[in-house]
Amino acid sequence: MASLKELRGRITGVKSTRKITNAMKMVAASKLRRAQSQAEAARPYAEAMRRMMAELAAATRGADAASLPTLLAGTGKDNVHLVVVLTSDRGLAGGFNANVVRSARQLIDSLLAEGKTVRILPVGRKGGDILVRHYPSMIVEQLSGTEGKDVGFDKASAVGAKIITMLEAGGIDRCTLVYNRFVNAMTQIAVQAPLVPLPVAENDNAEASDAAQYEFEPDEATLLAQLLPRNLQVQLFSALLESAAGEQGARMTAMDNASRNASKAIDRLSQKYNRTRQANITNELIEIISGAEAV
Amino acid sequence: MPLRIEIVSPEKRLVDREIDMVVVPGMEGDIAAMPDRAPLMLQLRGGVVALYENDKIVDRYFVAGGFVDMGPDRCTVLADSAQLMSELSADEARDRLRDLETQWAQIGPNDVDAHDRMSREIQSVRAEIEAVENPAFL
Repeated sequence: MASLKELRGRITGVKSTRKITNAMKMVAASKLRRAQSQAEAARPYAEAMRRMMAELAAATRGADAASLPTLLAGTGKDNVHLVVVLTSDRGLAGGFNANVVRSARQLIDSLLAEGKTVRILPVGRKGGDILVRHYPSMIVEQLSGTEGKDVGFDKASAVGAKIITMLEAGGIDRCTLVYNRFVNAMTQIAVQAPLVPLPVAENDNAEASDAAQYEFEPDEATLLAQLLPRNLQVQLFSALLESAAGEQGARMTAMDNASRNASKAIDRLSQKYNRTRQANITNELIEIISGAEAV
Repeated sequence: MPLRIEIVSPEKRLVDREIDMVVVPGMEGDIAAMPDRAPLMLQLRGGVVALYENDKIVDRYFVAGGFVDMGPDRCTVLADSAQLMSELSADEARDRLRDLETQWAQIGPNDVDAHDRMSREIQSVRAEIEAVENPAFL
């Protein structure tokens, strides 16, 4: 049986833990509001861009793949896959990072089973640490995430530039992005989004043959040279924002649970403490009374 | 048949409605989109997007570069930034132009990318001042 002193110590310990988790919850809640509005504001643009790119991909599908920019059609091969995984830099966010990493590992394992070469570009420290342990030889480079600051477009540009460099050097053939899509504070969904080659619009093939006569101004090469890197950056930026909002949401929920659990633990310990105290008093009384009777 | 126009900037969706015609500032000159046109993908310069209904301009937005995707029944404007014309101020734009011109003087002669980017930005701000001061010419 634990002594009264031990119990008191544990209660104070759990109380200070609760203080910390509660504070983290508050911080996450206020950061979430900001991150959420940013993520939601960026959605229409990224979506319109994605739609436009899908149409473009459909329109150029018939053309000879070798004549198209690699960002649009890929390299024409399907051997080396790059998997970009977005996670957070800090832990204590419930299953946030584990979810993305699980989805990424499923993708990587299925690609490996097909005999493809896989390279991994983790963005964010947490996911990087896990992936390095599982696939040490496939990591291209470990990038840090947003480090708790606001997501900047320059971060997306930097990651985009890395992908483009690898693609142009012929180091990779395809590229997929794995990240957490923000739904609400309770829910984030791990999504796998193909970046290279562009996913083709699925709607109907009848339109595709029609859309093949897309005109471009200025000429096709100039426009695509501007549009494709821009699209890559926008998609990465939007994913970074989604991931940042998801992280705060996940942390808020996790810390809320932790605070609640701490409260429960404190209740349990307090009850145990009081019972022990009562038992001690009863014991002392019995000792005094039986001592008096013996006299 | 009406034309569905969407103007989206990275910050928000500004317009999503049906109109008769829209005129956008293309890299090589203004282009009007009307229903049933051939699909076209277009790079924008800084300038004014004008929405027409019954042969009259109903709304004007200033866009600072971007891309347009036109189809037979829709026109999507992906602007680098977009604002309602009435929200613009010439003085504020002039300040920005001054900043840009000092930056322009500082970039090295061999930095082609920076030159390209800066000249696009300066063109866009000049167009903005022009648009605010002489709306009648548009």
